[in-house]
Amino acid sequence: MLEVSGITQIFGGVTALDSVSFAVHKGDITGVIGPNGAGKTTLFNIITGIYRQTAGTVTLEGNDITGLPPEKLARRAMVRTFQNIELFGGMTVHENVMVGMHTKSRSGLLACSLKMPWSISEERRIREGALQWLAFTGISDLADHAAGGLPFGKGRLLEIARALAVEPRIILMDEPAAGLNSQETLALSLLIKRIRDLGITVVLVEHDMELVMDICDRIVVLNLGRKLAEGTPREIQENPEVISAYLGDDD
Amino acid sequence: MKRDLLLFACFLLFIMSAPQFFAGGYLMNVLVFVGINTMLAIALNLLLGYAGQISLGHAGFFGMGAYLSGIMTTTYSLNPWIAMPVAAVVVGCLAGLIGLPILKLKGHYLAMATLGLGIILFIVFNETVDLTGGPSGLSGIPNIEFAGIVFDSDVKNYYLIWGVTLVVMLFSLNLASSRIGRALRAVHDSEVAAQVLGVNARILKVQIFALSAVISSLAGSLYAHTMTFISPASFGFNFSIELLTMVVIGGLGSIYGSFLGAALLTLLPEFLRGANDYDIIIYGALLMVMVMYMPGGLVRGFPDLFRKIFKKKAESGHA
Repeated sequence: MLEVSGITQIFGGVTALDSVSFAVHKGDITGVIGPNGAGKTTLFNIITGIYRQTAGTVTLEGNDITGLPPEKLARRAMVRTFQNIELFGGMTVHENVMVGMHTKSRSGLLACSLKMPWSISEERRIREGALQWLAFTGISDLADHAAGGLPFGKGRLLEIARALAVEPRIILMDEPAAGLNSQETLALSLLIKRIRDLGITVVLVEHDMELVMDICDRIVVLNLGRKLAEGTPREIQENPEVISAYLGDDD
Repeated sequence: MKRDLLLFACFLLFIMSAPQFFAGGYLMNVLVFVGINTMLAIALNLLLGYAGQISLGHAGFFGMGAYLSGIMTTTYSLNPWIAMPVAAVVVGCLAGLIGLPILKLKGHYLAMATLGLGIILFIVFNETVDLTGGPSGLSGIPNIEFAGIVFDSDVKNYYLIWGVTLVVMLFSLNLASSRIGRALRAVHDSEVAAQVLGVNARILKVQIFALSAVISSLAGSLYAHTMTFISPASFGFNFSIELLTMVVIGGLGSIYGSFLGAALLTLLPEFLRGANDYDIIIYGALLMVMVMYMPGGLVRGFPDLFRKIFKKKAESGHA
């Protein structure tokens, strides 16, 4: 599904990522973990076209997507969420999700300004389609609320609903459980499993080990910009190198 | 949807009935300017209020529309009906070309770049004496003619200008409530999130910048044909700032707000004429009070104010 190979990122002499390679299998939930500063978010930013890497390639469904900007990746059914949720605060919850359907609609500037019949019916389709994703994430009752005033946990759900509206085949989530309480985290893990059950491949960067071990099919461990290990949650838990990276070495 | 239509219908009725009360008076002439300024404020609001991109050079696009129309109809004796769209297309293309590089800039840097653009255009109006007549202006611009009617009086011009302004308004209201309007507001709130969802922010910003320039150019052309005389002084940096003030006072991201802002800032100097030199102080104080107590602009400020007063009354009723 998604393959990264030899990704290297150097920020002004500091090597943030050093030749990282791994593959994400279709239909899996893959977790990318690692101590702070391991390069997880940098890797995400490279895959999703926000940073341009120093070296290496990214392939999506067999096509080279290295260096494509985020808006082109959305059209190739790849979407992401952010660690510090990036909502459109001045819009309602419903409108936020409607923006997610941008690539599924095509009326241009002129057609919209003149309210052409096809743009009216398209608008209706967007309006109704967005409601479906609000229902999926369980925030239908907040549809007309301002997104800017949402509590953090609900904002996270909205960001996921908005990303799903793009109808992705792969979704990358940057620390989806950050800032959530235990109850919200539990609901999130169920939601992520339901997303996978829709046939969407999920990749997540996460600090919450319990969540990662519970829901991930495969785990990639990064440490100091290098890939330390890769495998099933059980394999990772038993890997001595991973244990020492997390707990620290004595010698 | 129906409510929006009803609101627009009421507004249309209100605008169209105004000459019944003011015809013949000096105010009629001022109301023509309210129309032109409304068009300009809407143009800038699409860019600033919706897409969140500032421009301090819009007076330049307004001036270009006026001068292109003026020069084509005087020096080259073209019909205004040809000159106006040609001017709009030229200004739109120019704005698109300039927009491509400068809209990569953000915040203060974009403000500086557009400020520079406005200043350059002003210098062109002022210095190319052979073409524009320089500081002494360009006169003898013909009035617009339509179906045998020459638009040469305040009342006729009022209907002409407001006819076009209402079309621009409807056009902008439609745009604002569409997928494009949503994408613009998305870019405003979080450009990176909008991009991740598939919005091509770069192209969209250039498109709206060009559209905004086209509307400004149209307003400029109409201004030239209404006044029949134009000079660079009307298209300077001061006017760009005045437009910005209209948009902010009226309410960012509100089309009707742009009308309120334009109406207030166009009518106020007329009412303050009696205050002699103090008018500028009143004007400045009003701006400060507005920004401090109605940051959402008139269009949101008044309903909020009503709500506050109403709430206070309800509370004191309980006590």
